[in-house]
Amino acid sequence: MEITEELIDYLQKLGRIRLSEEDRQKTMKDLGSIMGYIDKLNELDTTGVEPLSHVFGRTNVMREDEVTSGDCKDKIISNAARKDEDTILVPRTFD
Amino acid sequence: MRDYEMVIGLEVHCELSTESKIFCGCSTKFGGAPNTHVCEVCSGMPGTLPTLNKKVVEFAVKAGLALNCDITRNNKFDRKNYFYPDLPKAYQISQLYCPICRNGHVDIKTSQGEKSIGIHEIHMEEDAGKLVHDEVTGMTKVDFNRCGVPLLEIVSEPDFRSSEEVIAYLTKIRDTMQYLGVSDCKMQEGSMRADVNLSVRPRGQAEFGTRTEMKNIASFKAIERAIEYECERQIDLIEGGGEVVQETRRWDDEKEYTYAMRSKEDAQDYKYFPDPDLMPIVISEEYLESVKASLPELADAKRERYVSELGLTEYDADIITGNVTVVKVFETAGAKCGNYKDAANWILTDLLKLYKDEGVTPEDKEFDGDKLGTIIKMVNDGKINRKSGKKILTAVFEEDVDPEEYADRNGLAQVSDASAIEPAIRKVISENTKAVDEYKVGNTKNIQFLIGQSMRELRGKADPKTVKDILEKLLSEL
Repeated sequence: MEITEELIDYLQKLGRIRLSEEDRQKTMKDLGSIMGYIDKLNELDTTGVEPLSHVFGRTNVMREDEVTSGDCKDKIISNAARKDEDTILVPRTFD
Repeated sequence: MRDYEMVIGLEVHCELSTESKIFCGCSTKFGGAPNTHVCEVCSGMPGTLPTLNKKVVEFAVKAGLALNCDITRNNKFDRKNYFYPDLPKAYQISQLYCPICRNGHVDIKTSQGEKSIGIHEIHMEEDAGKLVHDEVTGMTKVDFNRCGVPLLEIVSEPDFRSSEEVIAYLTKIRDTMQYLGVSDCKMQEGSMRADVNLSVRPRGQAEFGTRTEMKNIASFKAIERAIEYECERQIDLIEGGGEVVQETRRWDDEKEYTYAMRSKEDAQDYKYFPDPDLMPIVISEEYLESVKASLPELADAKRERYVSELGLTEYDADIITGNVTVVKVFETAGAKCGNYKDAANWILTDLLKLYKDEGVTPEDKEFDGDKLGTIIKMVNDGKINRKSGKKILTAVFEEDVDPEEYADRNGLAQVSDASAIEPAIRKVISENTKAVDEYKVGNTKNIQFLIGQSMRELRGKADPKTVKDILEKLLSEL
């Protein structure tokens, strides 16, 4: 897969980040070698092999439906850059 | 103008009625003070790990079985990545590759007859937080209470051809979820939300037109209006030589029009991938069987049984089964008084009228079916007359009084002892000689007047039928 300038622009937009020219060149190079490796893997014929998403072999890790947390509003909102008494404040959203 | 038909597919979100959230132990209660049902997991703190709530899987399987779906045996969760302030982790945990239910259907009835609507899939996911714009600061306030509340997203096939079909389907989904007890599906509280995908095409054309999506419309009525409007808009556009643009539109219910939210050029790239923090969920045969065995009787089966076994009319059965709270009142009252037909009559003629007059729904104001059963039994046993029964019903509705105690306290007990009734009737006969004489010469309608006078004399506490019998006996002896 070719890493183009357009792709970098698109990824910046999706990731809500802005890269410096230096980082941009470095990212293009890094992504190029990562994708090159993926391309290499793609040469393997995996017909009939189920996709593997988890390697631990554990299944059905679940909890009972009980209320055990919450009620720590101040701690939660203290992490925010901007806040009022009860909520986190963010720049106005439109939708 | 050509003849067009609309093609609609629906995505319905139902919030599940669990006590706690899908991946952490915070409460799911609606309406808590902002950010009080939030912890480090659902607010997306680094290093925290989600653990799946058992009940969510059970509810999803229940819903899938009730909607005739195949249940996926090997489930996993995926991350849907996007940036928005209502989503603190910057990804929503959902199911893309292995949704828990597939290939279901819902059978609906409309004025056009019966039809089966396909269900493409149902998947489990977490809800996002709530954003409130603050006019004072010009900022947006973020409340994470709803973050992580479990949702089922029910995705239909594009099988709808009218708004009537859409409403019939939504009603059926809501009723089914309520019968199962998996979601209360209150549109006004946002626990049921529908996205409508709509396109139009000339009738007879096989391929679909370009569709638009309308998100989160807040009531059945609004959905109906939005569909009618959007269909017209698209036809006008095409007839005017234009083209429908694939986009998300928002319905403004006050101004009654839709407007574009964002065009497909800005389409989100969600970069889905399996969530490594959550282990796969394997549904065993035993588990599936145990959930199947726990399924309650659903609306269709109940309606049929009410007609065939309990002797209700189809119309009455329809109304009662149309609301799961009313079903509960009906079944409890019927069991208590031993007469289901009477229970149905009292509900349809008296109880539902009280709800209607007060402008509240049965869910908003619970009524104890056991008390209705007691009232019916008191009337049927001749302890009180129907009029007093109605009075007690109203008192139970308003203040949840105890029917027997209320009857005692207000002297509603019926005089059924003939020795107490006779003197009163004799008095009425002697005071109304004109009416009595006319009755004797054939004006039998006067009996109603004499019954009325007797009831008044007895202050309404006698059974009108007993009064009539005694009155007729005494008159015949004259």
